[in-house]
Amino acid sequence: MKPSRTIAINHLTRVEGHGNIRIRIKNGTVEEARWEVVETPRFFEAMLVGKLWENAPYLCGRICGICSIGHTLASIRAVENAFGITPAEQTDELRLLLKHMETMQSHILHLYFLAAPDFLGVGSVLPLTRSHPAEVQRALRLKLLANDACDLIGGRRLHPTRTVVGGFTMLPEKAQLERLAQRLLAAQEDLAAAAELFATFTIPDFARETEFVSLKGDHCYPFIGGELVSSDGVVKQEEDYRAMTNEYCEQGFTSKLSRLSRDAFAVGALARLNNNFDHLHPAARKVARGFGLTPVNHNPFMANIAQLVECVHVAHDSLAIIKELLKRKWRPPRVPVTPKKGKGVGAVEVPRGILYHAYEFDREGRIVKADCVIPTSQNHANIHADLKALARQWAAQGKADTDIELLAQMLVRAYDPCISCSVH
Amino acid sequence: MPGPRSYLGVELARPRVGVFDFTSCEGCQLQFVNNEATLLDFLDLMELVNFREAMTEQAGDYDIALVEGSISRADEVTRLEKIRTQAKILVALGSCACFGGVNQLKNRFNDLKWVKKEVYGNFPIATQKVRPISDFVTVDFMLYGCPPRKEEIEKVVTNLVVGKKITMPKYPVCMECKANENICLFGLGEPCLGPITRAGCDAWCPNNRRGCWGCRGPAEAANVRELEAIMARHGFSREIIIDRLECFGGFAGQVAELRRQSEHPRKARSTGQA
Ligand code: SF4
Ligand code: SF4
Ligand code: SF4
Repeated sequence: MKPSRTIAINHLTRVEGHGNIRIRIKNGTVEEARWEVVETPRFFEAMLVGKLWENAPYLCGRICGICSIGHTLASIRAVENAFGITPAEQTDELRLLLKHMETMQSHILHLYFLAAPDFLGVGSVLPLTRSHPAEVQRALRLKLLANDACDLIGGRRLHPTRTVVGGFTMLPEKAQLERLAQRLLAAQEDLAAAAELFATFTIPDFARETEFVSLKGDHCYPFIGGELVSSDGVVKQEEDYRAMTNEYCEQGFTSKLSRLSRDAFAVGALARLNNNFDHLHPAARKVARGFGLTPVNHNPFMANIAQLVECVHVAHDSLAIIKELLKRKWRPPRVPVTPKKGKGVGAVEVPRGILYHAYEFDREGRIVKADCVIPTSQNHANIHADLKALARQWAAQGKADTDIELLAQMLVRAYDPCISCSVH
Repeated sequence: MPGPRSYLGVELARPRVGVFDFTSCEGCQLQFVNNEATLLDFLDLMELVNFREAMTEQAGDYDIALVEGSISRADEVTRLEKIRTQAKILVALGSCACFGGVNQLKNRFNDLKWVKKEVYGNFPIATQKVRPISDFVTVDFMLYGCPPRKEEIEKVVTNLVVGKKITMPKYPVCMECKANENICLFGLGEPCLGPITRAGCDAWCPNNRRGCWGCRGPAEAANVRELEAIMARHGFSREIIIDRLECFGGFAGQVAELRRQSEHPRKARSTGQA
C-alpha cells in the first residue's frame, strides 16, 4: 500500500503575491488538492470613493507593480468612456505601443526569471547567470529595451507619469522613436534565440478542457477595448463585463473568483491566442506552429509558449505602429477633459489576461462607485481546478511526491499569477 | 545606526540581503530587477538570501532586510517582528512601508466595516487600519517614493554595504525641478505639490509635465499655507490640495490640519482659500 502524503507549500515563490498549494494523497488517491490565496486585501474600490476622477488612473496603476501601465490604461479608458471622450488616433497608437512594450517586459520577466529556472532545474535566475550567461544577458537586453520604451512613451516604466485622461502630458521625440525601431529590429534575433531555448524545454503533458475568455479581435489581435468573447461561444459588450466575470467569494481566497459557462475559465496569453490566433502577426503564428500551439490548446503549461509567441507579435506590431507614427505630424498630446455624471467601463488585455475597470461619477467627476476585475482573480478558480486534475492524473501514474510538488508549482507559475493584483 | 554600518563595512564583504513584502503592489521590489543594465553588478555586491518573488531558496538570517509594503493584518505584524529580529539593518522600502502609501487611503473613512462591505459585501475578510512598518518595529533607514528611484535603491544599498554615510535631501522637489529647467506646471495651469514635497526623485513627475503628487512625503520646512496661497492664485481649491496630498500617507498630519481648518472656516479664510 502506498503511504499517505501531504504537499504543503506556503507562500509559493517566484510568483507575485502570496498563495499556497495544498495536496493530500492517500493510497495513491488524491483526497485534497487546493490553491489558496492569502494575500492581504488593499480595498482599492473603497479607497477610490470620493476621489476626483484624475486620481483614478494615478492610484489604480498602484494596484500592480508589474502591469501598472495596463491598469493605468484600463482606468483611463473607463474614465474617458464615462465622460464621452474620444482620444485622438495618435493617442490610440501611442497607447498601444506603450501597452506592447509592457507586455514584452512582463512576459520576458516571467519567462526567464520566474518560469525558466524550473525547466532548467534551478531555484532562481541567479545560478543561470553562471550556467547560461548568454541567455540571461539576452533576457536582460529584451527587458531593458521594453522598459526603456515604457520610459520613453509613458514617462516611467513603473507607475507611468505621462499617461492621463485625454492623452499624454508630453510626447516622445521622433528621433527617439526611430532609435526604438532600430532596437526592436535588432531584438528579433534575440527573440528567435529565446524560442530556440524554450524549444529545448519539456512542456509537461497535461490538458484539461477549459473555457477561454479574452477581448475579441475584429481586424487585429486585440489589446485595448472592444467586444468580449469566450471559446464556449459567449459574446458580450465591453459595458456588460459583469455578465462575463460573475464574481463571487469563497473560503480560502482573499481574492474574488469568476466563472462563466462552466465552474471556471482562463484568461491570459493562451486565452488571447486561442481566441484570436488568425490575427497574430504571421511571424508569431509561425513560432506558435513550431511549438504545435494552435487553437484551441487546453494545456495550461503552453501559456508560457503563448507568452513567447506574443513577444514576437508585439515586437513586429510595434515596428508597424512606429512606422505609422513617424509618417504623421505630431498633434497636441491631449484633448481637454470635462467631467460629467455617468458610468464608464474600460477593458484592456494586460499581460496576464483581460482586465476591467469601471467607475461611476457624480456631476463634479467625483467617484461614487468603483469596480476592478483583475485577470488573476478570473484565473484562480481555473488554477484550483487544474491543480486537482493534475494531482489526480500524476498520482494515478504513481509519480513521486517531489515530481508532483514541482509540477504543481510549475502549473501555478505557468498562469503567471499576480496575486497581489487579484486581491487589490 | 552607526554601529551595524561600520561593522558591515569592516567585517562583511558581501552582506546577506533579504527582500520582504507586506501589503503592497510589489513595485518597489521590482525596481530591483528593473535596472537591467547594472543588475548583475549590483547583485554581485551582495548575497541575496531571501527574495520570494524571484527565488525559491530562503534563509533565516540576513544583514540587511529591505521591507516593502504597509501593515494591514495581524499576521503581518508577527512576520515583520520576526524579520526585525533576524536583520541587522532594516530598511523601509517605498512609501507603503514608510507611510502606509496608497493603502492608507482606506483609513480616511474611519469605518472599516463600510470599507469591507463596499468591496466584499457580507463575505468575512480580515483587515485592520493600514499602518507604516515603523509603528511596529525600529526602522534604520527610509527609502521614500512610490516608486523609489532604482538608482536610489542601488545607492542606498551600496552605501549600506560599504558602510558609507547616507544623506537624503531635505529640500523640496521644486529645487530639483528648477535645476532641470522645467517649465513650472502652475504656468501651464496644472497643480503641483512640488513646493512642499521632499526631493530626491529628481523631480520625476514635473520632468514629465505631470504635477507632483507628494509621494515622498513632506520636505523639511513644508509650508502648507504657502502652497495653499500658490494654489489659490492659480484657481485650485483646498479640496484639490487635500485630494492629492492625502494619497500616499506622508502628509497625514498636514491633511488632518487642512481638514480641521475646513471644519472651522474662520481660520481657513485667512489662508485665502479659493
Ligand atoms: S510604495 Fe508604491 S511602488 Fe512601492 S509597493 Fe507601495 S504602491 Fe507599490
Ligand atoms: S512644476 Fe512643481 S516642482 Fe516644478 S517648480 Fe513648479 S511647483 Fe515646483
Ligand atoms: S515628483 Fe513628487 S510624486 Fe513624482 S516621484 Fe517625485 S515626489 Fe513623487
